Amino acid sequence: MSAAPDGASGGATVFYVANEADHHPENGTMIGFWIYLMSDCLIFACLFAVYGVLGHSYAGGPSPATLFDLPMVAVNTSMLLLSSITYGFAMLAMAQGRKGGTLAWLAVTGLFGLAFLGFELSEFVELIHEGAGPQRSAFLSSFFTLVGTHGLHVSVGIIWLVTLMAQVMRGGLTPANQRRLMCLSLFWHFLDVIWIGVFSFVYLIGVLG
Amino acid sequence: MRALPDAHAAPHAGSGGHETGGNGPGGHGSRRGYLIGFGLSVLLTAVPFWLIIGHEFTHAGTAALTVMAFAAAQVVVHMIFFLHMTPKAEGGWTLLALIFTVVIVGITLSGSLWVMYHLNANMMPMSVRDMRNMP
Repeated sequence: MSAAPDGASGGATVFYVANEADHHPENGTMIGFWIYLMSDCLIFACLFAVYGVLGHSYAGGPSPATLFDLPMVAVNTSMLLLSSITYGFAMLAMAQGRKGGTLAWLAVTGLFGLAFLGFELSEFVELIHEGAGPQRSAFLSSFFTLVGTHGLHVSVGIIWLVTLMAQVMRGGLTPANQRRLMCLSLFWHFLDVIWIGVFSFVYLIGVLG
Repeated sequence: MRALPDAHAAPHAGSGGHETGGNGPGGHGSRRGYLIGFGLSVLLTAVPFWLIIGHEFTHAGTAALTVMAFAAAQVVVHMIFFLHMTPKAEGGWTLLALIFTVVIVGITLSGSLWVMYHLNANMMPMSVRDMRNMP
């Protein structure tokens, strides 16, 4: 470990990581990030529970069967699924040490993510124009909160992705950058897992009434 | 239950003393593993969409249970092929954290639905006139 005190060799004792370049990626980062993801999972569980409780409180307003456009949701779902596998390809390129390939697959992943966000925002705009905004009923409040929180996570993921692309361009596939890419990989696939819950529980079962 | 992709893990050329690859969350897996996971996911997504859009069920309860079963199966597929979960990853701590989370999520969801359902069922019925005169 680079943080070991080197007072014995005569120099001043150093208690921090002096040089990131030879800092070995430790397992601590991955388990820590995994525990963050699990706590994020609990946030989504609470929002799913809220939707489960309030999902039938229409307050005389529109119900899921009249609002949701399932073919559109299917297209949206495929965008996120495609972005998941392209991120996987980026990780494979990274494992083979191909910087260009990694960057290219990351860019494709970002575009699929943007397409997903675009579809979701256009759906939100359409709903609000129909008078089915978040303030219309408890059902719509919980719907916008749950789906909006997921969309917010995807937005942050895209910002993170662009940041990492810039870092890889500048510094190459250093161990530190590889560790960062692996964290984002977990985050990105985790968001896809949450979306499985959203399209099944909110859209498909919601339409059943 | 060892994740399938590991046997075909890509060579780690130029990964500089990096030991977590293909082993545990964030490992790299293999092209074949990702493609299998992707194929299964497409199948497990397309079937419930087809069932609901095509109105293949007459009973809503059966349809809901079927959709949830497909969702659970797809979550497992993602965990194995995309998140590379294995019982041995990080000495078993990721799996332990996952099990703990699943228990809490189960309590949160089932508890909320159960309590709030009974709260609704046991509320005094309210007339429209009562609602108008609410404080």
